[in-house]
Amino acid sequence: MSQILAAGTVAPDFKLRVTPDQWLSLSDLRGRPAILAFYPADWSPVCGDQMTLYNEILPEFRKQGAELLGISVDGAWCHEAFVKDRRLHFPLLADFHPKGEVARNYGAYREQDGVCERALFVVDRKRMIFWSYCSPIAVNPGADGILAALDRLSNDRKSDDGHPKSSNYAA
Amino acid sequence: MRGPANAAVTLVEYGDYECPHCGLAHPIVDMVQKHFAKHLNFVFRHFPLSQIHPNAEPAAESAEFAGAHDRFWEMHDEIFENQERLGLPLLFALAERLDLSVSGLRNALLSREYAPKVRADFLGGVRSGVNGTPTFFINGQRHDGSYEFDDLTTAIEMYLHAKAAR
Repeated sequence: MSQILAAGTVAPDFKLRVTPDQWLSLSDLRGRPAILAFYPADWSPVCGDQMTLYNEILPEFRKQGAELLGISVDGAWCHEAFVKDRRLHFPLLADFHPKGEVARNYGAYREQDGVCERALFVVDRKRMIFWSYCSPIAVNPGADGILAALDRLSNDRKSDDGHPKSSNYAA
Repeated sequence: MRGPANAAVTLVEYGDYECPHCGLAHPIVDMVQKHFAKHLNFVFRHFPLSQIHPNAEPAAESAEFAGAHDRFWEMHDEIFENQERLGLPLLFALAERLDLSVSGLRNALLSREYAPKVRADFLGGVRSGVNGTPTFFINGQRHDGSYEFDDLTTAIEMYLHAKAAR
């Protein structure tokens, strides 16, 4: 398994195609925490599919003010078809060209397979990685870790006016 | 809850009535319960993936409606056994077959009477690490193996033996 970027690291910025004619960068989300969900491929079996699951949990992420971005090496047209088929209400980013470059910057690229790891990052408002987790490739990690991290992030903010002092950064 | 409350092992399933995998797992779960009999307690919690399964939520609310009249498991079994015909006409027909008030069910679905219960199950599942449907937990631990009979029984036996060894 790859060594992914740890909490306390600055999240590398990126600009990726989100539809065949739109781009999205991490800095576009200024002021909002982001959940980056790297995953191996669109079109994995339906009911156990990670993106389908996150789509259902989206209201919980948004309650915490966080934006969810799915990232894989699939192309924008592939993402578009997948989003439509699964009725996804969040953007899927195409780490397509140069292939896997953004995943590589996050330590979340599987060189031997040519796909992203199942790696999760919660990025805070100041573009610091607050929490990260890499799941075994065949195991959908669920959303409990993301939600627990978002809880801690919002508690930090309440108690410290935005200056993170969480144990997350201490390690 | 199906089985004795003081059973050594509790099997929890988070499921979606429209999910084909849950449909396939249903008879297997039945066999697993028969296999362990009084040693196993089975709990079903709702985890409707409504964006891809539009009938899952009304089905879950219908099961809860039946549950309010002590007919949860009958409704639960009937829904899975007739999964290929799932939809409002089936749910109303099942209510009638179970001697439940069809207009009562219609009103409960319209007023979303049982939606908070279903949502509470869903959110509890999300927080516990449910990662698709069906997701099983054995004594609180997520079972990452398959839902095949051998996989489930082997996993449950491990908990039974651990308990016996203590």
